[in-house]
Amino acid sequence: MDEIVNDFLIESNENLDRLDQELVKLESEPSSKELLASIFRTIHTIKGSCGFLGFTRLEKVAHAGESLLSRLRDGLLTLNVEITSGLLAMVDAVRHMLGEIQATEHDGEDDYPELREELARLQGSNGVPAASPPAAVFSPAVFSSEEAPSSKEVNIAVEVPLVVTAVSPSAAGPPQILAAKPEAVALPAKAVSGAEGKPRRPSSGKLGALLVERGSLTAQGLALAVQKQEGGDQRPLGEILLGLGLCQAQEIQETQQILDSRDRESGTETIRVGVNVLDRLMNLVGELVLARNQLLQVSSNTQDPGFQAVSQRLNLIATELQGEVMKTRMQPIVTIWNKFPRTVRDLSQSCGKQVRLEMEGQDTELDRTIIEAIKDPLTHLVRNSMDHGIETPEARRASGKDGTGILKLRAFHEGGQVNIEISDDGAGLNSDRIRQKAVERGLISAQQSAAMADRDVFNLIFLPGFSTAEKITNVSGRGVGMDVVKTNVEKIGGLVDVHSTPGRGTTVRVKIPLTLAIIPALIVTCSGDRFAIPQVNLLELVRLEAEASEKGIERVHGVPVYRLRGRLLPLVYLNRELQLPEQDLDDDGVVNIVVLQADGRQFGLIVDEINDTEEIVVKPLRKQLKTVKTFAGSTIMGDGRVALILDVMGLAQRANVIAELREDHALGEKAVAAATMEKRRYLLFAGPGDSRMAVPLDTLARLEELPASQVERAGTHWVAQYRGQILPLVNLEFALQERRRYRQQSKFAASESGAPLQVLVCNYQGRAVGVVVEQILDIVEDAAEVKYPASRPGVLYSTIIQEKVTELIDIPAILSSAGLDSAPGLAVTSAAEAGS
Amino acid sequence: MAHTSQFCTFYLDGLLFGVELQGVQEVIRNLEMTPVPLAPGVVRGLINLRGQIVTAVDLRKRLELQPLPADAHPVNVVVRSEDGAVSLLVDEIGDVAEVEQSSFERAPETLTGPVRAMILGVYKMDGRLLHVLDKEKACYVGEPEAAAAAAAR
Repeated sequence: MDEIVNDFLIESNENLDRLDQELVKLESEPSSKELLASIFRTIHTIKGSCGFLGFTRLEKVAHAGESLLSRLRDGLLTLNVEITSGLLAMVDAVRHMLGEIQATEHDGEDDYPELREELARLQGSNGVPAASPPAAVFSPAVFSSEEAPSSKEVNIAVEVPLVVTAVSPSAAGPPQILAAKPEAVALPAKAVSGAEGKPRRPSSGKLGALLVERGSLTAQGLALAVQKQEGGDQRPLGEILLGLGLCQAQEIQETQQILDSRDRESGTETIRVGVNVLDRLMNLVGELVLARNQLLQVSSNTQDPGFQAVSQRLNLIATELQGEVMKTRMQPIVTIWNKFPRTVRDLSQSCGKQVRLEMEGQDTELDRTIIEAIKDPLTHLVRNSMDHGIETPEARRASGKDGTGILKLRAFHEGGQVNIEISDDGAGLNSDRIRQKAVERGLISAQQSAAMADRDVFNLIFLPGFSTAEKITNVSGRGVGMDVVKTNVEKIGGLVDVHSTPGRGTTVRVKIPLTLAIIPALIVTCSGDRFAIPQVNLLELVRLEAEASEKGIERVHGVPVYRLRGRLLPLVYLNRELQLPEQDLDDDGVVNIVVLQADGRQFGLIVDEINDTEEIVVKPLRKQLKTVKTFAGSTIMGDGRVALILDVMGLAQRANVIAELREDHALGEKAVAAATMEKRRYLLFAGPGDSRMAVPLDTLARLEELPASQVERAGTHWVAQYRGQILPLVNLEFALQERRRYRQQSKFAASESGAPLQVLVCNYQGRAVGVVVEQILDIVEDAAEVKYPASRPGVLYSTIIQEKVTELIDIPAILSSAGLDSAPGLAVTSAAEAGS
Repeated sequence: MAHTSQFCTFYLDGLLFGVELQGVQEVIRNLEMTPVPLAPGVVRGLINLRGQIVTAVDLRKRLELQPLPADAHPVNVVVRSEDGAVSLLVDEIGDVAEVEQSSFERAPETLTGPVRAMILGVYKMDGRLLHVLDKEKACYVGEPEAAAAAAAR
């Protein structure tokens, strides 16, 4: 394709994306002259270019939009929903035609007569009819935004008479006449720009605006100076301001410097680079990293200090270069989010909802390939929130909420991954409805549904074929989508999770890796070959020494399992799955288990040897081998040999770890729930007066021993400093007594004797709280089947553990009665800390 | 001068084969091979060709010939296929042969089975026949055995 046309397409497509955003933004601040000017300029640029390139149909459409915009800009019309929709439709039409040009190098047959008519009609829709030439409205402030000064600006100035023609009452007439004009006018315009001669000071508007922004100048002061300038004052704005005594010279100088540096940044310091060049660069860096790995291996075998020093330096440089090149491929997430204001606006219109879109962390950067991969899932999640999450204004008001719903997008880095949250303050997920629907659709059985926790119920929405939408809308609700979201996110090594509070809203959190090109991986050996396991799938490593391995690996009807902290972990032998010859086990009989996670399910992979973690460069497998699902790709190791990267998901499927899960997901949950009911781990401790007490171990965060000297007082609470936070302490002895006595709690009995305090640390309403007990006795596993009603508050029930009657303590009740219900602000901050 | 074409020739189980010289990227000996478990049987493994990972196809197996003795070191003939570079493993590399178009003849009807599709025909050379290999078909490795194995389970 013609290079000029190509450039035009790239530029115009970018401009159109910006138009979408700006139009939506304009709707919320219709008086923003800057926005209007920018929109106008963009459309004008497109129009001008297509006139030049001979795309007359496209030009006609753009022209119709431009005419409408000029009336808006001149204040003859005020923006309303109808006009915005018209303009957005125009943007869509232009986009469609650009697509046509891309495909056929021709702007298509359709010249959108209806759209143009509509736009023409909108011109006369409200406000006063066109009258005076708009020159009076034409203040430099209109051009105060960041666009570089050039012939473009002059162009617009000269274009004004044409625009007037367009908005004059005859404008609704045959557009062909108008269409012919711009070409004729636009070209001379360039000529005039030089001949016009009047030195423009494009930065004056910007300077003024920035001065106001910096607080050095009042808006009135600026208006005064601008007026003077328009009145024929030839001096630059800065001088005028100085002359009027409105500003300090130093301030003007500083501001000018900022402007200059901004110009530099936006102008000469960025260049356009083709994506293919970046990809190639990335490949080369990948090669370099591999060569570096090889070199390091060689250098570790030599004694030559000079060589070692050089290879170390090369190592550092390569690492740095890798980082920098990765940066070039990074794009802020806002490149996807940019589309959402428009999506949200359109959907609010069509669903009759009021939604405010909030974004946080727009600058969070992700690799280009990942940006591509999450674009659709995110769009789907946004649409879903709009359609199912946020209620209609009436429903919202009925439940005491503001009529306008809030859709919040949040992105942030955490632990080498990027988290993206899509939250709405809508009705939340209805766990009963989900249960009911899931049973109706045969996804789970009724008993299964009853045994499931809400959190697991929410995750049912990611199953294929699930939808609770009452009616199928064109937005969503067809039951495809959430599962696609999940699959797509998992394809790039990410995770999706959903949280919901009925009546308060839903949050979907997507966790994705930063990049796919170079990843950290664990290298293992199996039957003499090395395999790489992506670190994201890795949970932990377990090494069983000879004796332990004999006892540790048990069998469920022949299927090997391992008890990992009391839970059965299914074991998969890598060599058997890959049909590799079984290696003679070393005489030491050590078993290495790599605990992996796939699709929320854990399993242990038994390998011959665990080598090391390494940064590997992922090289996709060729098409011929794509069908082998157990491998995600290949890489080249330090010694130059090829190693395969295991696809943990594929491996799990092959080993039936997941298939089993898919069928028996809920059953498994139920079994686990049942198992925990039958046998649960309890912490046994001595309570006041030698009574035996217990709490389920999984309700505790950890056990601590705090020296008595650490106990301090904060108001009515006893506290201790714990991991940089203040840990409120509750003495169980007092808490179990009657409430009025609790308030007068004195120093801890234990602390008087100077012995350390035994503290059960638990998370309560998002923060850590310590419960002081007399003495920790034991951790036991017991069914605790017998239940005897509690005799005092703070006790759930009495039961028999290890053949002794034991009181089961209700920790939340105790903490609540101790006045530890957290203040909202406190809970938020400590929850955030706990999460980080 | 008669119309001629050039072939890169190699030996497989005593037979002389050839692929068009233009489609051959390079010939390499003694490369470390990483086997790919569960891959189709004709895939011998992956090789590292200066940073590029290339699939190596066991051409003997592909052509349903006797397997090469375990101690032999096959030679990699790296060809450019539609799906990128592929290495064809051969017993021994031969010369570049320049053959006349007129000496070409299609394979006889008596050659049947899947192999027939891979052999375009033969050039009648002095004292021997040069089998012309269909490069694309030879590079095709088919479905993984894993699928078949899974079905059999």
